[in-house]
Amino acid sequence: MSVTDPAAPRRAGEAVLEIEDLHVAFPSEDGLVQAVRGVSYEVRAGEALGIVGESGAGKSVSSMAVMGLLPKNAQIEGSAKVLGQEMLGLKDAKISRIRGDQVAMIFQDPLTSLTPVYTIGRQLAEAVLAHRNVSKQAARERAIELLELVGIPNPQERVDAYPHELSGGMRQRVVIAIAMANDPDVIIADEPTTALDVTVQAQVLEALESARTQTGAALVMITHDLGVIAGHVDRVCVMYAGRIVESGTVDDVFYAPRMPYTLGLLGSLPRLDGSRDERLTPITGTPPSLVNLPPGCPFAPRCPLARDRCREEEPPLEAVDVASRHLAACHFSDELVGKEATDLFTESILDADVADEIVAEHGGQA
Amino acid sequence: MSGTQTQAPRTSTAPLLEASNIVKHFPVRSSGLLRRQVGEIHAVCDVSLQLHENETLGLVGESGCGKSTLSRLLLNLLDLTAGEVTYRGQQVSGISRRAMRPLRREMQIVFQDPFASLDSRMTVFSLIAEPLRIQGLFEDDGHARVRELLQLVGLNPEHGNRYPHEFSGGQRQRIGIARALASDPKLIVLDEPVSALDVSIQAGVINLLEDLQDRFDLSYLFVAHDLSVVRHIADRVAVMYLGRIVEEAPTDQLFASPSHPYTQALISAVPFPDPHKERARERIIVTGDVPNPSDPPSGCRFRTRCPKFAAELSSSQQQQCIDEVPQLIDRGQGHPAACHFAEAHRMV
Repeated sequence: MSVTDPAAPRRAGEAVLEIEDLHVAFPSEDGLVQAVRGVSYEVRAGEALGIVGESGAGKSVSSMAVMGLLPKNAQIEGSAKVLGQEMLGLKDAKISRIRGDQVAMIFQDPLTSLTPVYTIGRQLAEAVLAHRNVSKQAARERAIELLELVGIPNPQERVDAYPHELSGGMRQRVVIAIAMANDPDVIIADEPTTALDVTVQAQVLEALESARTQTGAALVMITHDLGVIAGHVDRVCVMYAGRIVESGTVDDVFYAPRMPYTLGLLGSLPRLDGSRDERLTPITGTPPSLVNLPPGCPFAPRCPLARDRCREEEPPLEAVDVASRHLAACHFSDELVGKEATDLFTESILDADVADEIVAEHGGQA
Repeated sequence: MSGTQTQAPRTSTAPLLEASNIVKHFPVRSSGLLRRQVGEIHAVCDVSLQLHENETLGLVGESGCGKSTLSRLLLNLLDLTAGEVTYRGQQVSGISRRAMRPLRREMQIVFQDPFASLDSRMTVFSLIAEPLRIQGLFEDDGHARVRELLQLVGLNPEHGNRYPHEFSGGQRQRIGIARALASDPKLIVLDEPVSALDVSIQAGVINLLEDLQDRFDLSYLFVAHDLSVVRHIADRVAVMYLGRIVEEAPTDQLFASPSHPYTQALISAVPFPDPHKERARERIIVTGDVPNPSDPPSGCRFRTRCPKFAAELSSSQQQQCIDEVPQLIDRGQGHPAACHFAEAHRMV
């Protein structure tokens, strides 16, 4: 499965999506939730970028901001450009012209992204007609062609099916077909296979690969699944508590992580290709609340390397070596060179905060 | 499934839990006033399995393959259509709730969703005391026992007066485990216990389950769709497809030499978190989706999606797949697989 796509880099090397110092906050009863706190990344033509992180890390919010899909009460600052065009603050009508044409999005649950009352052919044709001045007949033909591209059998007949007549995997392919309808420059896929079984996931990922080869689009793959990331993207950003804490090529990040969180995440995975007898090394504790985040590194309370400096000063995302494109947000990233997860994390069975509390209560005997 | 009996038992002792040829059909009713029965969902079809003491049996399969139904049948939470379940040689299936109560003390279950399975109006203390009270085990030392249970699952015993919403997903799952442990069971059915949790949290719960097993000599039936987790925790694995067990083997053997085309496809579809291996991998893509369980294919239920059936078999061999239900027996691979043309194939 080749990830770099030589077939159609239309403007090779040119940035098609640029996010610059993006901040997103939502007012809530408890206070302002800082969902995204200064995120910057760019995606170049034909490139595939993965964004990983656990629930609540802010992975989806940054892409929703690009698409203009955040609720009205969201407080957004920074910049998000598609082909040089600033997307933040655009009027709905203007965004609609770009959305679906230059950027397309694939969501987790295909049942909610398709309307149940129209046939899939009509929904595909609608996507085509929204941006192209073609006849209805031509749009229908394009719809059939698209269904064939994503590997739906008998597209001539299936084009008149309703979403409920299709299985989850088929529906997700229809969503992919809609996303590629107008040859977008960027496809943002937000947990595209999370709701699917593993054999169906493999089918859908293959459909997504062929969609990319056909359109030459860049891909932003948002997921919590490190396995999906490993095989389908060129570069990866790891997010934690609303920030990117590490980014680099998949090889850099998977084989030489320089942020303790990334290392811990890899160490906590049971894997099919590893030894069975090794104990897993969980990261103790839970991600912090994004309301009133304390100063310092947000990972410090869970980090085995944390010391005073970490609790006072939030580390910036910096190159790990001079002139490297491998970035990490850790004061002590040098200490991670050549380290395994088991060198850092202990395999405590205690939950979280409890471990700290018990230690505090019993004066360290626990 | 006659095959399971021919397999040499790994321990000399009798199995703790044994299911023999169990079947579960759910009626499909018409939407009209009469709600006439118009069909049947074949959720579990002729399944036999054994669970030994201090053993973890992993039960894997995709959504709708009947693995959760099977786990509930084993605990007599659902009525069987046919077959028999015994616990320590004693009949479990079909007995009354009253007769079941002493057995419940020994057989417990942990559910998938820690948000739905805990009553949000009860404190953690009363949630954990509830099974003790039901079993008449909540005596003078009840409070101490609840504190002990909280500590066992790695929670702070001081937090007994808190409510479920004050805990994270991983902590709630630990509360669910404490409830299951309360009556000092021998067997726990774990129905997707970690699939709702983030990976960094999941690892802690898996380690906890392993420690509790060692400490209390528990037997687990670990139901999951995630093969990596099952491979990590299970001693033996049974793979289900559309209501039937299609392959069963000790864990190392199943992953080293899977012999049923479905197991092979399943293993090959799991992405590895390792870029080099992932790019170099051979992948078996099965086409289509799981057929409707109210009208399963004749003969082998996997034949409609089977890559081997489509690409390798001659038409007379294909006819055998269509006509004959493949038995779950060892065809020379060292473990039973329900495929006429089973062939061990290294996938990892």
